[in-house]
Amino acid sequence: MRPFEEEFQSLNDTLQEMGALVAHSIQRSVLSLVEKNEDYAHQVIRDESRVDQMEIQIDDTVTSLIVREQPVARDMRLVVSAIKISTDLERMGDLAVHIAERSLSLMAQPQLPETVNFGEIANLVESMVLGSLESFVKRDAQMARSILESDNAVDKARNTIQRQLTDLMQRDTTTISRALDYLIITRKLERIGDHATNIAEDVIFLAQGVDVRHRVAEVA
Amino acid sequence: MRATGVNFYYGKFKALHDVSIEFATNKVTALIGPSGCGKSTFLRNLNRINETLRETRIEGEITLDGENILAKDVTEIRRRIGMVFQRPNPFPKSIFDNIIYGPRINGMLKGTSAAEIVEKSLRRAALWDEVKDKLNESAYAISGGQQQRLCIARALAVDPEVLLLDEPCSALDPIATAKIEDLLVGLKHQCTIVIVTHNMQQAARVADTTGFFLLGKLIEHDKTDIIFKNPSKKETEDYITGRFG
Repeated sequence: MRPFEEEFQSLNDTLQEMGALVAHSIQRSVLSLVEKNEDYAHQVIRDESRVDQMEIQIDDTVTSLIVREQPVARDMRLVVSAIKISTDLERMGDLAVHIAERSLSLMAQPQLPETVNFGEIANLVESMVLGSLESFVKRDAQMARSILESDNAVDKARNTIQRQLTDLMQRDTTTISRALDYLIITRKLERIGDHATNIAEDVIFLAQGVDVRHRVAEVA
Repeated sequence: MRATGVNFYYGKFKALHDVSIEFATNKVTALIGPSGCGKSTFLRNLNRINETLRETRIEGEITLDGENILAKDVTEIRRRIGMVFQRPNPFPKSIFDNIIYGPRINGMLKGTSAAEIVEKSLRRAALWDEVKDKLNESAYAISGGQQQRLCIARALAVDPEVLLLDEPCSALDPIATAKIEDLLVGLKHQCTIVIVTHNMQQAARVADTTGFFLLGKLIEHDKTDIIFKNPSKKETEDYITGRFG
């Protein structure tokens, strides 16, 4: 492998590493909520700075590659995708931290009188995150396209939780503060799903040179 | 201008294999590829300069405005299809005489003054302001970049329909190169341009379409944006990303 190819490979590897770290943070943030596990929440908060550093490292590598290699074709698509994917991953990392913080806050309060089923939305979002990252690793546009189709299911799951919590708050106003925390967590999970969708769109561009943003219906 | 099924031989060596390509009118087409791939050989067939070499043979058809140029008078063809070479090659004459040489031997001075043709040609080549006060000085007295624009002005003086350029900036510094590139983008509104270049950024900057040659074959020809963002052939991608060979 020639030196410039090693640099593109290194960019690819750093992006994968950042993706794995963020995916872990998202999983731990959900587990901290479901299992009321403080350690997971604190781990997510600790890992945030590492995610931020990796975003800066990727930006730096990309700008160097643009200046020195003037990349075209698949190399150009990699650097363009890398800078966008790393931005999405950094935001996903932030959202995982927000979930972890809300989770710690909820642990200090009494449980809600009824269980909020986060299982469906959490599973959907985690599967979107892992799927988008796997499609990046494999440069698999077909797999990335299937991620785009999952977004509607996340929206449905969010609406279900939203209705349940709204009903609960109307019936029992003492739950408002805690229910709002849950609503915000639901919203954060949905946003993570949106970022996974962005990554999937970037993977399609990376693999096939096709821009599918804002045209989801056409690629479904 | 269109080439169809062009094969070309240097003696027994087949240098071009079944090359077909259409050059869109008033557009810039760049031909890229590694050394020895046949891009310059192909370019030199487009105005039959290769016929000056011994033991060469061409097959296929090259048409301009629907006429097969291989069957036409070669002098007329070279007036209609001008050429600029890698290194500036002004005649050992004054700047004025360099420009007026082509129009004079082509009988184009009737009804138009030589001075008008010289000024018009130098303006088209973006050189007028720099040399208007030294038209009678030797063409060798100006810089390399100016000499190359003089050669372009000389080619333009006979109003060609097509301008061929064979690595016209390879001997020039970045500033002179930028001037030539700006010139080409402006000139395409007046004639069709085909440029051979080793500089892929140059192709990306100036060309509307780009063709990639390898081992005497035209591997891919498409819009420049497509060639440099998402080429369809692996050979093209390997070459433009530096992974060739």
